[in-house]
Amino acid sequence: MAKVIVVTSGKGGVGKTTTTASLAAGFAQQGFKTVAIDFDVGLRNLDLIMGVERRVVYDLVNVVKQEATLRQAMIRDKRLENLFVLPASQTRDKDALDVQGVGRVIDELRDLNFDYVLCDSPAGIEKGAQLAMYYADEAIVVTNPEVSSVRDSDRVLGLLDAKTRKAELGVAMKSHLLVTRYSAERAARGEMLKVEDILELLGIPFLGVIPESKAVLHNSNQGTPVILDPNSDAAQAYVDAIKRFLGEDQPHRFISAEKRGFFSRLFSPSNVYAG
Amino acid sequence: MSTWFKFWKKPENTAQVAKDRLQMIVSRERTACGVGAPGFLPALQQELLQVIAKYERVDLDHVQVSIDRRGEAEVLELSVMLPESGNKETTRTSLRSSILYA
Repeated sequence: MAKVIVVTSGKGGVGKTTTTASLAAGFAQQGFKTVAIDFDVGLRNLDLIMGVERRVVYDLVNVVKQEATLRQAMIRDKRLENLFVLPASQTRDKDALDVQGVGRVIDELRDLNFDYVLCDSPAGIEKGAQLAMYYADEAIVVTNPEVSSVRDSDRVLGLLDAKTRKAELGVAMKSHLLVTRYSAERAARGEMLKVEDILELLGIPFLGVIPESKAVLHNSNQGTPVILDPNSDAAQAYVDAIKRFLGEDQPHRFISAEKRGFFSRLFSPSNVYAG
Repeated sequence: MSTWFKFWKKPENTAQVAKDRLQMIVSRERTACGVGAPGFLPALQQELLQVIAKYERVDLDHVQVSIDRRGEAEVLELSVMLPESGNKETTRTSLRSSILYA
């Protein structure tokens, strides 16, 4: 039975697409048949992050409008045979998607025996974001340790509890919090919101932190989900998050700062912020 | 000397400021957006204003009604900012009253 997960945040640029790509690749690595759907009509990017941009022929809008079949539009990943991408449309108008059409696509994916359907939400709380979350069974809320991101995540949690099919059926949406671009050192110095603070404010189950990492840009430059760069800290954090999502008890990493000596502190670039 | 001093100066704890501001705005928006909040808050705020206006000059911005969650209980908080009587400068006193709600 397919599980539909929306990756959402409200605020843009916090790492929804990066997270969708890595979680989808991670689920596929674990042996689950997984598809990642880009709901950002007009600004598709998931294809680029997953490195399949040159293989896009049809897109989600074509499938919803029944101009192409799902099999024609889905792109199979060349690295992982269990992984598929359904890109967003680049040129069409934003009203190209509708609830019934998206519902048909999700039902068809269930018939094709997918284990996980990951919906990469566009930023904002308008129609596109609401469509991405409408059929979700669970939600992953991506938040940066910034006031604007936390506030927007709270608004999105309100939407998840009101504007989804689950909400209409009176069932509570299970939402998980993923804090991205986190720096344990800066949080320890009081320069950045701590994970505990964000958790206290948003009050949903905690999936983990993804540390601020050079590996994210390094891999997105090449069209590789960062989780496929196994030695990087970000990849390890995503793997941990997936294990927690699957119910494994995984100790949290990247949350507390390492004790650093006088000289490493003195010569660290972060001293710029200390004054 | 001041440059050297900076290396030992403790950075300002802006994270705490961020947390405090967020707690304030998030709880206000949760009630304002009506998700999980009773719908009577705007009406209550309006009626309170009418009652208070009989005795004091206040405007709508100075009457705050919110519902917070503290542990198990929900707390209905009414906050009325009164202008200091006979004083043009607006140093205000705040009447705060918290009622345990459910």
